[in-house]
Amino acid sequence: MAAEGDLKLLGLSVSPFVVRVRMALHMKGLSYEYIEQDLFNKSELLLKSNPVEKKVPVLIHDGKTILDSSAIVQYIDEVWAAMGPSILPVDPNERATARFWAAYVDDKLFSAYVGINKATTEVEREEKVSEMLAVLEQLEEAFAKNSNGKAFFAGDSIGYLDLAVGCHLLWLKAQHKMFGVVFLDAGKTPLLEAWAKRFAETDAAKEVVPDTGMVMEYAKKRQAYRAAVAAAAATAK
Amino acid sequence: MAGGDDLKLLGAWASPFVTRVKLALNFKGLSFEDVEEDLSNKSELLLSSNPVHKKVPVLVHNGKPICESVIIVQYIDEAFAGIGPALLPSDPYERAIARFWAAYVDDKLVAPWVQSLRAKTEEEKSEGLKQTFAAVETLEGALRECSKGEGYFGGETVGLVDISLGSLLSWLNATEVISGTKIFDPVKTPLLAAWMERFSKLDAAKAALPEVDRVVEFAKKRQAQAAAAAAASETK
Repeated sequence: MAAEGDLKLLGLSVSPFVVRVRMALHMKGLSYEYIEQDLFNKSELLLKSNPVEKKVPVLIHDGKTILDSSAIVQYIDEVWAAMGPSILPVDPNERATARFWAAYVDDKLFSAYVGINKATTEVEREEKVSEMLAVLEQLEEAFAKNSNGKAFFAGDSIGYLDLAVGCHLLWLKAQHKMFGVVFLDAGKTPLLEAWAKRFAETDAAKEVVPDTGMVMEYAKKRQAYRAAVAAAAATAK
Repeated sequence: MAGGDDLKLLGAWASPFVTRVKLALNFKGLSFEDVEEDLSNKSELLLSSNPVHKKVPVLVHNGKPICESVIIVQYIDEAFAGIGPALLPSDPYERAIARFWAAYVDDKLVAPWVQSLRAKTEEEKSEGLKQTFAAVETLEGALRECSKGEGYFGGETVGLVDISLGSLLSWLNATEVISGTKIFDPVKTPLLAAWMERFSKLDAAKAALPEVDRVVEFAKKRQAQAAAAAAASETK
């Protein structure tokens, strides 16, 4: 079993991709050294570990670097296959389905709420909110089809797809507070809404998901950064 | 091949993502029914098999659909684990590296390259190409590391990354015919250029990759259509 010192995670507490990895580590009962990164002032270690993309999360295991949150979660599942629950399903068809929806969420859900964060006009924001709602409708259907009436996408307890979708919830919550949009509605997406509540109550989520205040603070920081960059660009012309 | 396995590939001959699945099936030695879709008039089967994206490729295995090319390749490797060579390495760390680079091919090479092919302005086109070449340089380094002196990203044998990148070969060749641009320049990226030669000689690759002439014709037609559409919108 890996002891502290064998496992290091470079992360950002409000990054959904980091949350996903931390939940996987928690599911397997693994201890690790967590190193919070300042993405506005990237550390030597981050730049050395991920020179290609300079992003988090980065898992360092026995000196080996593993990148990309989906690859990292699958790595954790495979290396510690004998410990804790299986994160990915065993059946190849179910694995393909879990990977499909995880890819969908990382593409469509993520770009929608990033778009909401970055929107500079009400119109732009409204557009992105509609996109988001359309994605959530798809996910509601996916949940209905794949959960077989159980509590989570993976069944009785959380699995790969729960992590993949659930890690984004912290941003949906923050945006609800920042912009007043209701994303998960007992009327329109009842299954997802109930699932989101259950997800938030899991040990892994309680341990790892940052509170909404922290997320909002980070959003403001990013906003200020974008504004500063835009102002600098404007005066440079 | 496992008895009673029904494999249908819903595809389009020109799509490198479809070629990718054909490569995987060929390398595994699996027979399948190659169903050509008319993308302007999609079949009921395609629409019901991939309702979310309505795109090819879709692999239908014993009636169950699997979508998204990289996911399909991993499915093929897992569902037919006992048959033919493994497409992913057995070591978890090497598997993670393969998954990373396969994603990189699509996000950082294919995406900007497609952008440059569809670009409406010279600026868009050169920006797309710039990003494409940057990704190619990075992949040269990746090949050096992953191959460990052997011929492929997968080492001695073809793996997920070889299949992901290899699926683009006909289009890479077509680009050279049409514009004179060599995306895998033998001077700047010698390992990739050699890899391209080596990969295209494999029987499984020859059977899966569309003919370059056909792709050239297809690309030229597309360009002409796009130009006509652009001209038409300008005269309004």
